[in-house]
Amino acid sequence: MALKGNLRDFTITQLLNLINMAQKSGLLVIEGPGETAKITFRQGKLAYAQLGQDDGSLASILHTTRKISQSQYQLLRQRTSQMSDKELGLLLINAGYLSQDDILSSLQVHFTEIVRRLFTWVEGFFKFEQDIYPPDGKITVRVDLENLIIEGSRQLREWEQLQEEIPSLDMAMKFTERPGTNLRSVNLSVEEWRVVSYVSPKNSIRMIARAAKMNDLEIRRVIYSLLQAGLVELVRAEGTPVAQPGRQFPTQNKDEQKSLVNKLIGRIRSL
Amino acid sequence: MQTVKMVVTGPFNAGKTAFIRSVSEIDVVATERKISSEAEKVKETTTVAMDFGRITVDDDLVLYLFGTPGQKRFDFMWEILSEGMLGFIVMVDSTRPETFREARGILQTFRAYAPTPYVVAANKQDMPDAWDLEDMRVALRLDPKVKFMPCVAQKRDSVKTVLLELLYSILAEMEEGQS
Ligand SMILES: Nc1nc2c(ncn2[C@@H]2O[C@H](COP(=O)(O)OP(=O)(O)OP(=O)(O)O)[C@@H](O)[C@H]2O)c(=O)[nH]1
Ligand SMILES: [Mg+2]
Repeated sequence: MALKGNLRDFTITQLLNLINMAQKSGLLVIEGPGETAKITFRQGKLAYAQLGQDDGSLASILHTTRKISQSQYQLLRQRTSQMSDKELGLLLINAGYLSQDDILSSLQVHFTEIVRRLFTWVEGFFKFEQDIYPPDGKITVRVDLENLIIEGSRQLREWEQLQEEIPSLDMAMKFTERPGTNLRSVNLSVEEWRVVSYVSPKNSIRMIARAAKMNDLEIRRVIYSLLQAGLVELVRAEGTPVAQPGRQFPTQNKDEQKSLVNKLIGRIRSL
Repeated sequence: MQTVKMVVTGPFNAGKTAFIRSVSEIDVVATERKISSEAEKVKETTTVAMDFGRITVDDDLVLYLFGTPGQKRFDFMWEILSEGMLGFIVMVDSTRPETFREARGILQTFRAYAPTPYVVAANKQDMPDAWDLEDMRVALRLDPKVKFMPCVAQKRDSVKTVLLELLYSILAEMEEGQS
């Protein structure tokens, strides 16, 4: 039977675990929020990964993992665009530019980084196709999945906890008025500062995440630390309706309302 | 017949049903069902839709107590339940710190969407491994102004105290609004 489903029911970590245990070979395609990931496995080990619009070429991977500079990258792209990754790899090794280890570890870092990104996807369709591999010219690696699985379950737990703490991204934040909390005296990370600059009842957390280019997990992490530090509190975002359209009291008269509450007090006391 | 309502909320297994049962004059409407997931199988039943208790004040006035369902997948009920409430009570299981996080989440959500008076009850204070209130206040990040009191949900007197504190807050807020 084809292995397919939704991440909501079967998480990335569970998928990796299955692939690892059953020593599966083939292509896992995941259509996540806004982008698609393609991950190849060989006998239960990570072999290759490509995410979204990235061209996945060796040259660009070496560039993002800082094995080559921007100008070297430009040069390679002009001069070697017709070459396969394997050919380019050989060329770089023979020219004494990089070692085989440099190239393989670069690819490993890049591929595992893609898998790590998937841990933050909670929605998305996945499909596993047996015995499909990347094109011949691509260089593949062999990375054990165990560590990724452990990391993934840790993140999943963190994710669940953060969701409990911050159940809705439609809420906004405001600075607490608690005395003694001074923004200038706390050490915030760059990311935290970025979020802090958007704190206002006008901005929902979702809007802030978009503006600060953070995914759900990242924004929740930052907000959690701001909450923990007592710097901000969650409030209803301006413009969203208060869930209180129902009338509280059967009467609009303030004195009657008060007498009603007093009656309730009397009744409860007598219980 | 006039009716008013208050809502009892809190994480799974906090003691919401027990709380309402202690003071309701009708049997708490059974919307419980057996728990299927192993992870949550710390007890046999959970509240699926809502608890529903009644206290008749006089010929013309009835107070309803609604308990929210504890498990997260029933989130959608909260909004409906909190419509038009006088105030709400957040129950927290003092013996299970792993639920404090969720309690904070519930508290923040309710406070933001339903700006009515509320109190927080540290439930199961009769159990030997219950946390101290001062520690819980910090862990729950409760402002010093927030009313936070011990509770044993099966004891009517204890439940009465919590309900009264909430009513006092409601009254105080009305008086503030008027002056
Ligand atoms: N010792 C002690 N046990 C309590 C107290 N309150 C509730 N319990 C027990 O804790 C368990 C959970 O209580 P419930 O009232 O079902 O909790 P709930 O919040 O309604 O649970 P859900 O509807 O599933 O979210 C039951 O076994 C109760 O008997 C208390 O104050 N002290
Ligand atoms: Mg219940």
